[in-house]
Amino acid sequence: MESLIGLLVGAPLLGAAVLLCGGRRLDRAGHWLASVLAGASFVLGAVLFFDMLGKDGEHRALHSHLYSWVPVEGFQADVAFQLDQLSMTFVLLITGVGTLIHIYSIGYMEHDERRRRFFGFLNLFLAAMLLLVLADNFLLLYVGWEGVGLASYLLIGFWQHKPSAAAAAKKAFLVNRVGDAGLAIAIFLMFTTFGTFAFAPVLSSATDASEGKLTAIGLMLLLAACGKSAQVPLQSWLGDAMEGPTPVSALIHAATMVTAGVYLITRSGAIFNAAPDAQTAVVVVGAVTLIFGAIVGCAKDDIKKALAGSTMSQIGYMILAAGLGPIGYAFAIMHLVTHGFFKAGLFLGAGSVMHGMNDEVDMRKYGGLRKYMPVTFVTFGLGYLAIIGFPGLSGFFSKDQIIEAAFAKGGTQGWILGTVALIGAAITAYYMTRVMVLTFFGEKRWEPDENGNEPHPHESPSVMTIPMIVLAFGSVFAGGLFKAGDSFVHWLEPVTQHSHGDSPVSAATVTTGTVVALLLGVGAAWLQYGRRPVPRTAPRGSLLTRAARRDLLQDDVNHAAFVTGGSYLTRSLVYVDHKLVDGLVNGTAATFGGLSGRLRRLQNGFARSYAVSMFGGAAVLIAATLLMRAV
Amino acid sequence: MTVPSAAWTLAAGDELKAPDIEYSQLLPTLIVLGAAAVGIVVEAFLPRRSRYVTQVVLSLVALAAAFAAVIGLAAGGSATSDAQIAGMGAIAVDGPALFLQGTILLVALVSVFVFAERRLEPVAHGAPVDSFAAQPASVPGGEGEQQATKAGWTTTEVFPLLLFAVGGMMIFPAANDLLTLFIALEVFSLPLYMLCALARRRRLLSQEAAVKYFLLGAFSSAFLLFGTALLYGYAGTVNYSGIARVISSADTTTDPVLADTMGNDALLLIGGAMVIMGLLFKVGAVPFHMWTPDVYQGAPTPVTGFMAAATKVAAFGALLRLLYVVLPGLRWDWRPVMWGVAILTMLAGAIVAITQTDIKRLLAYSSIAHAGFLLAGVIATSEDGVSSVLFYLGAYSFVTLGAFAVVTLVRDAGGEATHLSKWAGLGRRSPLLAAVFAVFLLAFAGIPLTSGFAGKFAVFKAAAEGGAGALVVVGVIASAIAAFFYLRVIVLMFFSEPQPDGPSVAVPSAMTTSAIAIGVAVTLVLGVAPQYFLDLAGHAGVFVR
Repeated sequence: MESLIGLLVGAPLLGAAVLLCGGRRLDRAGHWLASVLAGASFVLGAVLFFDMLGKDGEHRALHSHLYSWVPVEGFQADVAFQLDQLSMTFVLLITGVGTLIHIYSIGYMEHDERRRRFFGFLNLFLAAMLLLVLADNFLLLYVGWEGVGLASYLLIGFWQHKPSAAAAAKKAFLVNRVGDAGLAIAIFLMFTTFGTFAFAPVLSSATDASEGKLTAIGLMLLLAACGKSAQVPLQSWLGDAMEGPTPVSALIHAATMVTAGVYLITRSGAIFNAAPDAQTAVVVVGAVTLIFGAIVGCAKDDIKKALAGSTMSQIGYMILAAGLGPIGYAFAIMHLVTHGFFKAGLFLGAGSVMHGMNDEVDMRKYGGLRKYMPVTFVTFGLGYLAIIGFPGLSGFFSKDQIIEAAFAKGGTQGWILGTVALIGAAITAYYMTRVMVLTFFGEKRWEPDENGNEPHPHESPSVMTIPMIVLAFGSVFAGGLFKAGDSFVHWLEPVTQHSHGDSPVSAATVTTGTVVALLLGVGAAWLQYGRRPVPRTAPRGSLLTRAARRDLLQDDVNHAAFVTGGSYLTRSLVYVDHKLVDGLVNGTAATFGGLSGRLRRLQNGFARSYAVSMFGGAAVLIAATLLMRAV
Repeated sequence: MTVPSAAWTLAAGDELKAPDIEYSQLLPTLIVLGAAAVGIVVEAFLPRRSRYVTQVVLSLVALAAAFAAVIGLAAGGSATSDAQIAGMGAIAVDGPALFLQGTILLVALVSVFVFAERRLEPVAHGAPVDSFAAQPASVPGGEGEQQATKAGWTTTEVFPLLLFAVGGMMIFPAANDLLTLFIALEVFSLPLYMLCALARRRRLLSQEAAVKYFLLGAFSSAFLLFGTALLYGYAGTVNYSGIARVISSADTTTDPVLADTMGNDALLLIGGAMVIMGLLFKVGAVPFHMWTPDVYQGAPTPVTGFMAAATKVAAFGALLRLLYVVLPGLRWDWRPVMWGVAILTMLAGAIVAITQTDIKRLLAYSSIAHAGFLLAGVIATSEDGVSSVLFYLGAYSFVTLGAFAVVTLVRDAGGEATHLSKWAGLGRRSPLLAAVFAVFLLAFAGIPLTSGFAGKFAVFKAAAEGGAGALVVVGVIASAIAAFFYLRVIVLMFFSEPQPDGPSVAVPSAMTTSAIAIGVAVTLVLGVAPQYFLDLAGHAGVFVR
């Protein structure tokens, strides 16, 4: 069984290599090859999963040592895998959703002439993401971490002919570098503290280290998580990342890659458990982002950007839960999985809508689409109900648990966090209802464009709708399945530990609170958008609305804080380089050049001069030798 | 050998003993010198048209056989445990000697390829010709020259001359007494003087170079010989270990004939300095370097390549043996002086090269700078110093050979186009050749992954460990200066617009091609995986005394 783990990563890696090196010959079959390999990876994952189920909880982890990467005394870097329940959960999510999205892309990218390359990048992403969650040490995890960053960069900028896509890719890459630096520093610190970066020794001896060091490591890991998972203050790249093809947004920027931060924090749980200050920082980041993303989601008219705001907010929930410690880890991962289903489904639905609407993304130009694309409407609608936490659907169970755990944190902190999470739930219901109403209800608001092409909304081909249907099933049933008998919590418990905590409010009260919040949100949105006609152009809006449309001024803040200062710094460095460094260098060069010109005049071509020089040299040599003896 | 006074007062009753010669130990040298003698006979008796093939084959076979003999001796332990002094104390057969002889033989073997190239010069009246004069004795531009050219003559004497020079060079680093040293010096210098004069084109420049080389070489030989006489006066012997024993006061027997001079330190110091000076002339160290650019430029390029590579190997070998075997007791006297010479050599070579406009002169100054780097290793006075210098010599000689072989290929109507301005944009027209030359230049500059880096690193490391840290600092500065002009040529080749009337790159025969290929291969192998060869040089780093 252990040997299958390598194949899990190997299959998509092979696909990426073949597709990216294979050339045009593979243009016609490349997408099938990629989808089959993704599917193969999923089947392998499923085989391993059922094998794992056959063992008892404590002995389920598999280890596979592939080879020693850098074997230096005192510095052992191995390429080795660890497949435990946490990794398994991710493997199934990544390969499962990944395969569905591969299939969906066959239809979505049908008319793109660079489709083979697109599938090559998708496979590359799968391989890197699997490496990230299967690594048994932080260094190899870092390799996967950078790998998904690369794939994300390539796919956001896939339509590189659009300057906006190229800029978005660059922005995502640069912002992620900040987080990556954090992860690198965290690994350095681990190595200096523990002498290793393998999971088992680091996590088991975490309590031996001083709290200061653990806090430093924790904060650096949090920085890494912020970058990859688009959490405040490194959230600015996610909205722009929607420039990528929609399947990419669904797979990478909703379901899998952006949740890597949650994985990192959960995986390093032992460190955070021993560093309460770092944990507090985590919950603060989670709570702030939760609200931040939700507000941004309320103001966006671009359907994908509204969903991107929602992703940010939902990951905020997960980070918040992960920051709660053992009472929250299992729920963070549970929400992560259910979110993977419904958010991927929502994005695929958005893609389907765009597919039928000539790639229009402005929701103010949709309206009444439920009649034209019934399958999309139903699957999107189920995803919508799941995300707002409609009782009985996936999101209800997972989000409810997080809110409950937030109250269970205890003390003032618990009250604040619980309230924030509840408010977040209300805003979620508001913005998702807005998306739903603007897109599928009301009058049709589309018109012919300047070339007279009027969109003819139509249902997408079945290669696209089937993945949406499968994901809709997940959106509906996954939560209930996980909640039944606390099966998911028990599944993860051997890895993440679990404790119940003491909630000051009863579970029933929390559930009631969430349902009330949900009704408030839906009602407000219905009042605002459902009952009166929606203008085709956005009204000016309040100050907050305008700020939210600008992503709550994130880019302005970044610009003022870093770009301006940074460009001053570079300009002054360039000045110093030109005037001082170049001056010195050129001066030195000129000195030697002048010296050279003078010295070469000694070489006048006359043998007699040469002989004199030799004679003089010999005389000096002899004199110097004698002198040495004399002194 | 310690009883020279008895040599001319042989008593009637004394038996004249025949000298004991260990022919097997001297086999490599004997093969080369024997083949050289056969080559002369070939010149005398074979018809002109069959001489070329005969000479080339003879030279290659002789050099290969000699190399095999060197390997055989080394495998038999002569390089390490079984090192000994052969020929009545005249010749040492030990690790450094065999390593250097092997290097010289390989260099010579590759040089024969370049010497024998006949595709580059335009065919003269139906006969392919090489880089050497049709009839060296004819007056340049005179009627005799025209006739000889018309007849399609070539100077096949270059091959026996090369073999004689190689024979001398093989004895030079193995010489174990000062007279053998002097003889070896003359044996390899005289053929080189002649080879320098044999260029087919620009004959006056070639002859001027030869005359200058001869005059200055004779001048330096005189110093070496005078130094030998003074040392004999000091020690009563010319044998290396004999002199060393007297210096270290291990041997206090005084020869009555030399009672006035023996043990006089002034003789020792002045004599030692003069012998060293004779060797410094051959390695091209400042201030005895001035012949180098003129001779390198004037000599036929194949000869320049051979001379630049092999002479340096032989002369540094002799210098090492002299300083490590004869004068270790004088270390505190010669080391500071050699410090000065090394610093001057490194800096002057690197600085003057900056303003050179002729590629051959540029390489000449580069060789001066490299002599300085090698001196840094010599000064280390440790076993590591010896082995690092041995490695450096092996690495450097193949880079040099390859670089000069490339120079023979870049030609215009007037023969080789050596002016740097003509090399502009070469990388656009002949990317492969320019890339190869760039590899050699990078190796000269000591960029990692080339043999130049491995060699320079070894030498500087040995020097630093030998307490010459300041010297290493100067060496690194000089390397930085030198990197400038190497890279300038690369920039010129790849980033300048080609000249409209620029030179073309001649298509050589397989011989020059293989010479260049060997140069590149050695450069890269020694750069990427130097350890085996460093170990080899390390094992060969002990002199027999």
